[in-house]
Amino acid sequence: MKFGVLRFPGSCDEVDALEAARRVADAELIWHGQRDLAGADAIVVPGGFSYGDYLRAGAIARFSPAMESVIAFARDGGLVLGICNGFQVLCEARLLPGALLGNANLHFTFGQVSLDVVEGDSAFTSECAVGRPLSIPCKHAWGRYHADEATLDAMRSRGQIVVRYAGGENFNGSLGDIAGVRSEAGNVMGLMPHPEHAVDELVGGSRDGLGIFESMRAAVEGAS
Amino acid sequence: MLIRPKAGILDPQGVAVERALPALGFEGVENVHVGRLIELDVPDAEQLQPMCEKLLANPLVEDYEIVLVD
Repeated sequence: MKFGVLRFPGSCDEVDALEAARRVADAELIWHGQRDLAGADAIVVPGGFSYGDYLRAGAIARFSPAMESVIAFARDGGLVLGICNGFQVLCEARLLPGALLGNANLHFTFGQVSLDVVEGDSAFTSECAVGRPLSIPCKHAWGRYHADEATLDAMRSRGQIVVRYAGGENFNGSLGDIAGVRSEAGNVMGLMPHPEHAVDELVGGSRDGLGIFESMRAAVEGAS
Repeated sequence: MLIRPKAGILDPQGVAVERALPALGFEGVENVHVGRLIELDVPDAEQLQPMCEKLLANPLVEDYEIVLVD
């Protein structure tokens, strides 16, 4: 099983995502200008500041050649995970509902956050520890999740809200404490916290992020 | 193109500016919203709306207004 990890000009978390993916499977970087997804079974759109985040975070990266292929891959049911800037890119690409706005506190904010797993049987959380929150680092200025009320209602009823900030942890003002969502079909997920930074207790505060990569591997291997 | 946050969506920049103005003696200011202005030369004004829909604004969270200047 192989992960493809996109790299845009301005990405900064693609190497950690690559290393995290390599702890559970093969993984390869995919340059933004390349349309060929290198035979990857699952794609990670990493964090950073793609194309400088000019205009709006993710707005320009969404039109890159690699993203055009990722959009087609996702529409065919391929597994796609967007982390932080990657979440913003997937929302701009309309692979996920809603948008990410500037943090309500107007500041770039970072720290370890606790996340409640709302949907424990998703393709991205099936291997996460059950019954306790995930401890994962967060670091962003544009992480306030927003969708209109009708969209939120539909998402709730379809189980599209995958992870929420635990009580008191929603520092960015996201509606409904939403930290991560999945597509209606369930094969695309985005989240603002960084599971790729939480794969080693020495530097990540926990290994809770690894469960997300292990879940993706289980989903791909279960399907094949 | 004038692009501004949709009504009803929290605009923390607007709130911050609104709170700062009274400190400078400007009393009674309400409903401050901070958006952005994009200026461009375009051969065909018909291109402007699709440009806003596709890239320049995010219609899920922003309203846009096109102002033509000769």
